[in-house]
Amino acid sequence: MPDYKLKIRRFNPESGEAAYWSEYDVQVDSERSVLKGILDARDQQDGSIGIRCSCQAAICGSCAVRINGKTSLACNTAIGEAQAKAGPGNPIVVEPMNNMPVIKDLIVDMDAVHWKKVQRVVPWLLPDGPPPEREYIVPAESMIDITQSMACIQCGACVGACLSLEADPEFVGPAALAKAYRFVGDPRDGQEAERLRDLAEDPHGMYDCTHCFACVEVCPKDVAPMNQIMRLRRRATSDFEIKDRNNGYGHEHAMVDMIEKWGTLHEAQMLPRSFGDGSMIKGQTEPGAVKQLVESLPTAVRGLKSGKVTIGKVLHHPKLPDQKNVKKIYEQIESKDERLELNLYIVGETGSEEQGAMSEGGGES
Amino acid sequence: MKLAYWPGCVSRGFTPELHGSMNLVAPKLDLELVELDRANCCGAGVIAEHNQELADTLNARTFAMAQNVEGAVGMMNICSTCQGAQSECQERLDADGGYRDTINSTLSAENLSYQQHSEWWNKNFLWLLVEEIGLDKLRSKVVRPLEGMRIAPFYGCYIVRPTKRLGFADHPDRDHYLDYVIEALGAEPVEYAGSHKCCGFPVITMNRTTSLRQAGRHLADAIDAGADCLVTPCPLCHLNLDMQQPAAAQYVERDLDVPVLHLPQMVGLALGLEPKELGMNKHVVKTKSVQRKLAELAAA
Repeated sequence: MPDYKLKIRRFNPESGEAAYWSEYDVQVDSERSVLKGILDARDQQDGSIGIRCSCQAAICGSCAVRINGKTSLACNTAIGEAQAKAGPGNPIVVEPMNNMPVIKDLIVDMDAVHWKKVQRVVPWLLPDGPPPEREYIVPAESMIDITQSMACIQCGACVGACLSLEADPEFVGPAALAKAYRFVGDPRDGQEAERLRDLAEDPHGMYDCTHCFACVEVCPKDVAPMNQIMRLRRRATSDFEIKDRNNGYGHEHAMVDMIEKWGTLHEAQMLPRSFGDGSMIKGQTEPGAVKQLVESLPTAVRGLKSGKVTIGKVLHHPKLPDQKNVKKIYEQIESKDERLELNLYIVGETGSEEQGAMSEGGGES
Repeated sequence: MKLAYWPGCVSRGFTPELHGSMNLVAPKLDLELVELDRANCCGAGVIAEHNQELADTLNARTFAMAQNVEGAVGMMNICSTCQGAQSECQERLDADGGYRDTINSTLSAENLSYQQHSEWWNKNFLWLLVEEIGLDKLRSKVVRPLEGMRIAPFYGCYIVRPTKRLGFADHPDRDHYLDYVIEALGAEPVEYAGSHKCCGFPVITMNRTTSLRQAGRHLADAIDAGADCLVTPCPLCHLNLDMQQPAAAQYVERDLDVPVLHLPQMVGLALGLEPKELGMNKHVVKTKSVQRKLAELAAA
């Protein structure tokens, strides 16, 4: 069996000592997991290593750690592959997840962050009216849309990797927002509008996601939390027209409307439009727009002073030569009764050439 | 090498120095760029957030125009965000023939059609440098090695994540390319915490604190790691890291003042172009320190 060197970050907050590294040589088959290596080191060399695990089969979601900097389930990462990533001669570096306080070594406090945030989104069904005598009956296809977020095993890997959360610890975060979509998209839930309004108006809600794909990259179950956040936004803006105070609605409409008008982005209008409802003139009369514009003035002045922004560019933006064609595309697609969405989680990444599995994503609400 | 060229909106808008420097660097690398001047904005993920079919159709339109450029070996972009948004649409278009037909039927009014080919590609200039031009050829073109310069790479989320979509199965090193290019030009890549993190730009209008804390921290980390400057293949990152840098400094409560170069500017310097030609006087954070360092190198 090949030899591997594990370099584990150790920390016990109760000890009063600073964090330190311990290295362990383990003999494990290359296709066995990093978790197996950690457990062998604990069983045979150092019983004090703190690691949380249970099923060892990527189902319970207990053993998320950082392996060579990337958040992963230790049980779901082959030790041979981890070595390849670390590079020949280098140890496999194992650290606790980011964004959550360490209880001991590789064990983080999921209650303090992850579970608290999940609770924040009211993670249970809130149906309207009295419950039916027996089960709720819904068409099977109406549930397909939320199977992706239902696949979540609550391992917290996305929370550990989230780059918005790193900058704003109050951000509701990817796991909780994916869970929110699980209920927003559920045809049995009766609080869709309230849930969306709540998360759109929260300054640390759905519009605090910076679209960095870190959660998509690390999720062991392909939940793609960021995609669920984008679906929340789509529902909030398009289906419920929620004009939130965080400019989520304004930003989306600014972008969409400008491309319809010019074909390319007129950056000088991005801020003023975003601070309102997406429009240029009316946008300026929205409460708060002026204050935010004033706050952005120094940026605009810096742009002008550097020479990269010119008055001409601010005042005039040319249309594409074939802009009428872009407009026609908009008209054709936006006039459809239902939005067409292709979810690769459901149809598969290699596709299904014959069946063309597509879902009608919106408008049913 | 003839290429269909999509410069993106920002390189022609608030970072004109990026577009300008690419145009000067291209002939030095034997690239013939055919600009897609009728193509539309990629939507930067925001149009997809609004309506996926609309975003996929608009980007299929761009791909179809690129595929119509006779003799072009592929399509090149100079914006990580364009790369990410376009790759996302391309992934869906390539995955499902029925879906592709639906999108192409909308494009048929313009006599355009996106054809799926395993050989057709859309690559950021960074990927093109390493995979199509090659680091050896790049090295051979260097007339002003950037020796002694410590440059911090800033990749931009959209060309490093998600790896599954972005071709890492075939090119597992794509998250190291900027380091390789910095080395090939004679400079030293700086290792620091923020190189593959988010600049914060996408939420600048929605949560200014989250956004500028991100930009400020990464800039500060790069400075603390001893960087003379940063380099990025993404003009949107550039907006947050350069144009917003004085504001970001307030959010992290410290001085920053570190120049941020666009990728073609850094390449251009090593290929002998002058800072002014490369638009390095059009940055918010002055690039004089970089220019001084270059002058010292020339004198030594």
